[in-house]
Amino acid sequence: MIEHDTIAAIATAVGEGGIAIIRVSGPQAIQAVDRIFQTKQSLCDAASHTIHYGHIVNPDTNEREEEVLVSLMRGPRSFTAEDVVEINAHGGVIAVARVMDILLQQEDVRIAEPGEFTKRAFLNGRIDLMQAEAVIDLIRSKSDRAFAVARKQAEGVLSNKIKALRQNVIELLAHIEVNIDYPEHDVEEMTSQYIREQCEKTIVEIDHLLKTASEGKILREGILTAIVGRPNVGKSSLMNTLTQENRAIVTDIPGTTRDVIEQYVTLNGIPLRLLDTAGIRETSDVVERIGVERSRDAITEADLILFVLNNNEPLQEEDRELLKSLQGRSVIVIVNKMDLPTKLELDEVIPFLNGGSIVKMSMLQQEGLDQLEAAISDMFFEGKLEANDLTYVSNVRHISLLKRAKQSMHDAIEATYAGIPIDVIQIDARLAWEALGEILGDEAGDSLIDQIFSQFCLGK
Amino acid sequence: MGYTAKQYDVIVVGAGHAGCEAALAAARMGCDTLLLTINLDMVAFMPCNPSIGGPAKGHVVREIDALGGEMGRNIDKTFIQMRMLNTGKGPAVHALRAQADKFMYQHEMKKTIESTPNLTLRQGMVDELIMEDGRCVGVVSQTGARYHAKAVVVTTGTYLRGKIIMGELMYESGPNNQQPSIKLAACLKENGLELIRFKTGTPPRVNGETIDFSKTEIQPGDENPKFFSYETKESNVEQIPCWLTYTSESTHKIINDNLHRAPMFSGAIEGTGPRYCPSIEDKIVRFADKPKHQIFLEPEGRNTLEYYVQGFSTSMPEDVQLDMIRSVPGLENAQMMRNGYAIEYDAVVPTQLWPTLETKKIEGLFTAGQINGTSGYEEAAGQGIIAGINAARKVQGKEPVIIGRADGYIGVMIDDLVTKGTNDPYRLLTSRAEYRLLLRHDNADLRLTPLGYEIGLITEERYQAFLRKKELVELEIQRLQETKIKPSDVKALLDEAGSAELTQGGSVILLLRRPEVTYEMLEKHFPSPYELTEEMKEQVEIQIKYAGYIEKQLQQVERLNKMERKRIPEDIDYQDIKGLANEARQKLELIRPLSIGQASRIGGVTPADISVLLIYLEHYNRVTAAKGS
Repeated sequence: MIEHDTIAAIATAVGEGGIAIIRVSGPQAIQAVDRIFQTKQSLCDAASHTIHYGHIVNPDTNEREEEVLVSLMRGPRSFTAEDVVEINAHGGVIAVARVMDILLQQEDVRIAEPGEFTKRAFLNGRIDLMQAEAVIDLIRSKSDRAFAVARKQAEGVLSNKIKALRQNVIELLAHIEVNIDYPEHDVEEMTSQYIREQCEKTIVEIDHLLKTASEGKILREGILTAIVGRPNVGKSSLMNTLTQENRAIVTDIPGTTRDVIEQYVTLNGIPLRLLDTAGIRETSDVVERIGVERSRDAITEADLILFVLNNNEPLQEEDRELLKSLQGRSVIVIVNKMDLPTKLELDEVIPFLNGGSIVKMSMLQQEGLDQLEAAISDMFFEGKLEANDLTYVSNVRHISLLKRAKQSMHDAIEATYAGIPIDVIQIDARLAWEALGEILGDEAGDSLIDQIFSQFCLGK
Repeated sequence: MGYTAKQYDVIVVGAGHAGCEAALAAARMGCDTLLLTINLDMVAFMPCNPSIGGPAKGHVVREIDALGGEMGRNIDKTFIQMRMLNTGKGPAVHALRAQADKFMYQHEMKKTIESTPNLTLRQGMVDELIMEDGRCVGVVSQTGARYHAKAVVVTTGTYLRGKIIMGELMYESGPNNQQPSIKLAACLKENGLELIRFKTGTPPRVNGETIDFSKTEIQPGDENPKFFSYETKESNVEQIPCWLTYTSESTHKIINDNLHRAPMFSGAIEGTGPRYCPSIEDKIVRFADKPKHQIFLEPEGRNTLEYYVQGFSTSMPEDVQLDMIRSVPGLENAQMMRNGYAIEYDAVVPTQLWPTLETKKIEGLFTAGQINGTSGYEEAAGQGIIAGINAARKVQGKEPVIIGRADGYIGVMIDDLVTKGTNDPYRLLTSRAEYRLLLRHDNADLRLTPLGYEIGLITEERYQAFLRKKELVELEIQRLQETKIKPSDVKALLDEAGSAELTQGGSVILLLRRPEVTYEMLEKHFPSPYELTEEMKEQVEIQIKYAGYIEKQLQQVERLNKMERKRIPEDIDYQDIKGLANEARQKLELIRPLSIGQASRIGGVTPADISVLLIYLEHYNRVTAAKGS
């Protein structure tokens, strides 16, 4: 909502094509990108409407992260009439997320709000009056959607963790405030030691959230999902169904596990990184065995396992072996080939499931996909999938806010060592509290005052 | 009955802390002003604590003084103890607090008012407003006098339908058994103002002769007292100490045994009390784990033995109050001179006000002080001066004065009140300010004196002195900046300060940035060519020491101001704006914010609503411009 600062966002829709564009707009756009962009000539000196080849570097490590093309448009001859820089990243969703991450670590860049580029374009006179209503609709619909998502998340595990973090910080704040506003009251004097302890505690918890976010897995890289089963039960078909039927293919990720094909898809908005062991094992026994081994490897790595069985065959020894190895994991059993006569005894399978669901499908007739989507959604949103809360942390915006909160806590600790008075340290603590609040969409408002009066007994 | 009395420019109803500032400001700005009060002996009366200042509140007193108001000068003339609080913390929250001789305080203020040109002080109770075409053009007194005026400022404090409650006893009354104002409330309601019921309370007073001070701790004043007013240079009064004691287990037992008789819990009190100033029974119920609570014994004046029992506010019945008092160490034999009591009163829902403190419904009618839902003498006075200034400027056809959130606690308070309203009596706290580091006790003059001068409340002489101070501070900072040093030059100085050696040379300012190095140390090695007062040195030190943080806050303020400068036209029709969420639309219609900045602080108005509003305004402006050309 603050205008005339510098904003950035991924301008291309996620999931459509391998090239993604990050658009940066505002007075610091050129300087901010220049700082993380390694190329022949400084962007600051470059002419308007030029394209530059180079690399995004991580300013902390000075390492090259991504190969990019950067276009430069100086205001007012740009979409928003401000200085605009567009970064074209070719590496797909992960690459873009990484570039965004580095960009948002720049203090003078913040993530754009829904519809904000268009809003600026309008406010700066780049869009004519006729379009004003369209702009309002755009902002409204995007915000409402963001709100709906936020509300869903507010019930989630992450939001509880953020709330707990915020509670730490607000107790610290209230304690500082009460020392300032009620200097003669017999409440415990705020010490540097206490401030440090509280800040350190908060940092540890933020780190924990950030660590799980960067380790893995979700959204940035998707829920690692393995399709496993004996040969010829329909794994390839399932893979194809999921990837082809779904318009939301994001990108091919060059195999990190060499022979295993990875595909990136989103189902109902849930990102899946599919590890497919299909297609490499049907030529000879040896390869088949390798296939099974690969399946086993995939099982140990995966967050979610789609275990495919053939409805037309009784349960085999190999199936049982695989099922045993699935103990304690998040599993959905897919019974394929429902179009053929049933020879499979499902009762034999159920004991192995520990609560996982069974979905009956026919790849051939393209039946059961909806049920599969529903089953995955259920697991995901009900928290049955481990690490599901981390999804939200993988959101670039959340990561940048968590990092900001962490930085503020660090600043507060440093300030205590530098002998800075508590009312000044409070500024840092408050910034942390506000950053965490932004994740939840909470308003700072009066709740600090409420906290002061509920935590301490004050008054004449 | 009734007769037409004199016509004035501005009438102020009520001569408490808000009314006095309002009337003085209007009169000093050249308006023929009438100040009406129910009882002439109650001018600037302190019905509760005999004390002024403290964090945020003391800041407000400084701001009132910087604007040319009276409260600071008046307390400087009448204090019996002065203490600077929070000295162990940063300069932004240093806070001066005075114990007043409450009788002298009243007399001094009354004398000042009586001797101010253009100002008439008159005893009289106002029963009605005179209305003309929806505008307020005067007031009618109980005795039938019809006073006409171009603007009216109502400051009824806790008098408006006041009701005193003490145990089972309940009666209509203003504070300290004064006559309440009953009819005016009905008149305000009839004219469309929404009223709410608030409550506050005061503790018993005891005779100092009967206090055993040996069981208490002494709380003396500062040896070298500072003052509230920038004009006060010295004072040689003898200070009187306060005393600290605590509630005992027995106090808590007496209270718990008698809760059924406490109006707080029996349902006799309907008004909402202040959270920050709970009664002792409230504290003991809500914080049951706390074994004892502080009690300060504060003298009410130099020529009385009456002591105020701070921390002991109560509305228990008299017999219980007596037992409670005598359970406190030091007060075993205390003679209670006045009971504590709770008082309920009517207040105006403050979101019905413009930031100028004029009501939106009734043009020409301003309200200030406790009637606007606040609590505290300083809060009242801060609103009083603004209401007085704006009433006068309205009469004179000038632009209103609004103090921004980054310019003063007064601005924070008024913006909070008119934008968010309040659910309980509002007290200023430093934590309500976003830019605390800018709103310091020391720099109130730098923030507000140019404004005070511009509106005519600061004399030429004082303004010139202010400019001189500002200039010298700037020159001294510049001098320090330009004084270059090598590490070897300052080794002795840094050793003395217990500070690490410099690794490379630079400006002297680098030294002062270190928390352990003071201006005083620096001064010895690098004496200033200018004649600087202590006040100026303090300013130099603070501005240099906290420059980094101050700069950060200034940047935030710059962003805030961009939003504040986007004005919303008064005739905007929120029904006409497609895309606003319903809640936001209702709130915006109610508050009618003057700027996008103010709109963004309304609860329930989301960033998306603000974007929609911005786009609508741009649309509106372009259409208006097109029509114009």
